[in-house]
Amino acid sequence: MINISVIILPIIVLFIVVYGIIKKVNVYDVFIDGSKEGLVMVTSIFGSILAMVVSVNVFLKSGIVDDGVVFIKPFLNYLNIPSEVLPLAIVRPLSGTSALAILSDILKNSGVDTYIGKVACLIQSSTETTIYVIGLYFGSVGIKKIKYALLVGLLTDLFGFILVILLVK
Amino acid sequence: MVNYIWAFFLIIGIIYSFISGSVQIVGDTLLTSCNTALELVLKLLPVMCLWLGLMNIAKESGLLNKITKIIEPGLRLIFPEIPPSDDSLSFIASNIVMNMVGLGNAATPFGLKAMKELKRLSKNDTASRSMITFLVINTASVTLIPTTVISLRLMYGSSNPTEILGISIIVTIISCFFGLLLDRLCYIMGKIFND
Repeated sequence: MINISVIILPIIVLFIVVYGIIKKVNVYDVFIDGSKEGLVMVTSIFGSILAMVVSVNVFLKSGIVDDGVVFIKPFLNYLNIPSEVLPLAIVRPLSGTSALAILSDILKNSGVDTYIGKVACLIQSSTETTIYVIGLYFGSVGIKKIKYALLVGLLTDLFGFILVILLVK
Repeated sequence: MVNYIWAFFLIIGIIYSFISGSVQIVGDTLLTSCNTALELVLKLLPVMCLWLGLMNIAKESGLLNKITKIIEPGLRLIFPEIPPSDDSLSFIASNIVMNMVGLGNAATPFGLKAMKELKRLSKNDTASRSMITFLVINTASVTLIPTTVISLRLMYGSSNPTEILGISIIVTIISCFFGLLLDRLCYIMGKIFND
């Protein structure tokens, strides 16, 4: 299965370029024209990325998540949810790289093929960095009122988390 | 709203760091995370230029138009407000496909471009219905091949790295459906309360 995602990229590129040549497009010039826009877009979103990364990291490094987990632990044990995966579930909507760091800690400490390991992997693969994506995507085009986007996004993540707990044996 | 979310994390983080005694760490983080942001942007920039260049070829050759026509009926069910054959549809589709095959890096340029196109359609600073739906699809993206997690499982010596694949596909499909349903529900509720 890993091989598919390795070969898919070159195939897409090959297909686009060959199709362009067949249709007699000046592929080189057109490519350069298009890629110029990338520079403009990235410079315009740098502010949004910086803002989100700084505030999310300050929040995570303050230790509030770790301290909060201790507080909710008895409640989780009651529901049979392994408390090891809670920091991952909380951090996941905020930061992809931090979540990945937590996941690899869990795999190191609890093993890959254990119940906890599998639940952690599935949380990482089935939920997204919702809050970061909202900040970045909406910030990049200057949207200020996001209405119910955050609510729906976070509830969907929570739903995914619950599904994982229910489905893993 | 984004204003409040952003301020919330910053304010709570700094105040809590005084309580828990991690002021020093948070102070350092303020500076180091700026570098993290720059690294992120530097990583994004070349990928962004590459894909926007390739997409321009696909656009000029008519390939983009063709693909958009094929997937349009499906997407129009989810995005009823986008006008027929609009450019945004092809960027939304590309973003979804890249997410599905686990190429998150390639998905972001299309996502940002799609947002730009949706903004062109809405022309104001309130999130449009299509924007929110697109965001929900992004946060609950159907993942067929979770590349990062599988490679991490391989790294830690799993006896069966792809074991999680089945459940992962089921969970993402169901939660994507759930997200779209919730999105539709919120939209309808909002309409009822405003009228």
